[in-house]
Amino acid sequence: MWLWFHKLSSPPYAYRTAGNLRPWFFWPAIIMMAVAAYGGLVLAPPDYQQKDAFRILYVHVPSASLSLMVYVAMAVAAAVGLIWRIKLAHAVAAACAPVGAWFTVLTLATGSIYGRPMWGTWWEWDPRLTSELILLFLYLGYMALRASFDDTQRADRASAILAVVGVVNVPIVKYSVVWWNSLHQGPSISKLSAPSIDSSMLWPLLLMMLGFVLYFAAVLCDRIRSEILKRERNASWLSETLVGS
Amino acid sequence: MTPRRRRMVLVGLIVLGVAGAVTLALTAFQENLLYYYTPSDVTAGKAPSDRVFRVGGMVTEGSFQRAPGSLEARFVLTDYAQNVTVSYTGVLPDLFREGQGIIARGKLGQEGMFIAEEVLAKHDENYMPPDVADTLRKGKDKRVTTPIPTATVEQDAE
Repeated sequence: MWLWFHKLSSPPYAYRTAGNLRPWFFWPAIIMMAVAAYGGLVLAPPDYQQKDAFRILYVHVPSASLSLMVYVAMAVAAAVGLIWRIKLAHAVAAACAPVGAWFTVLTLATGSIYGRPMWGTWWEWDPRLTSELILLFLYLGYMALRASFDDTQRADRASAILAVVGVVNVPIVKYSVVWWNSLHQGPSISKLSAPSIDSSMLWPLLLMMLGFVLYFAAVLCDRIRSEILKRERNASWLSETLVGS
Repeated sequence: MTPRRRRMVLVGLIVLGVAGAVTLALTAFQENLLYYYTPSDVTAGKAPSDRVFRVGGMVTEGSFQRAPGSLEARFVLTDYAQNVTVSYTGVLPDLFREGQGIIARGKLGQEGMFIAEEVLAKHDENYMPPDVADTLRKGKDKRVTTPIPTATVEQDAE
């Protein structure tokens, strides 16, 4: 286990592994998302109250859970980088941030489009909406902080602390609808009792979530590779690999 | 203690410290963070009388009235303990209906009447096809018209 961990943290090995894994994430992700989109937009029946408008949740919910999941992944990678001084972990954290930021933007945008006809407003300073907006600012702050250092190592350490501190916001986003009176409704699937969404509507949603996770993994592989290229641009193994292939 | 061990403890302490600070801050501002008041809060006088606030609850069945020839609507909001009468002039959201959870923003007027400037519909976390909803409605299943403020019920119990 530790041996594998050390092996993986070596840039040449990680560069190759990410390249090999990528298609295994990417193509299943595309297929799953296509099937789930068909299931959600065509096969699933309209909601009893919200009619066809509820179908936007097939994009809104997966991107919302990914925005949180990616942040946790980023914070864990940053913490590993801080504690074990593994450069590759910092590279992973840096690779996570823009993807997570885009998922957050997608969540806020689809939520806003959803909120207009259902609630009657584009935006409300509701606990769930506000904490998700803070999540976006954390991603943007992380990226801005990285960009403000010329030295990669200093950028790594400073931004890693921000990423680790910001993880406090994740449970706040998740449980904001339970802790406070909120305009946003409570959780439908991530609770202990049976999901409060009909199974004919649930399976495309779960499939879409899985597709989003795999898509994130595929994009992460690409981003890690380009991050390694940037950091190791003067390394001899890189010129050997690139010339050799 | 090895340096690695020390860094591990340090990172742990940072997270714990920030989490603690945020928890304290959020608990201290609990009142200001309250997105809406319940009809019970309003009748108990917990809601501010001089400024705009929000009140959330279910629209009582059969309480909706519209003044003839105007857009003024009146309805009763309930949290199944207390009621507040709301008056609102304007277009109501699509999801507005009796038995539906809504949030109204406005001020308290005379005789405890709540004068709303804005009405938002709140939908619950249940999603189902129309035929399933019909079956549930026939069986008088609570889920079709779930009381919205789940968080409020817990708060009231405290």
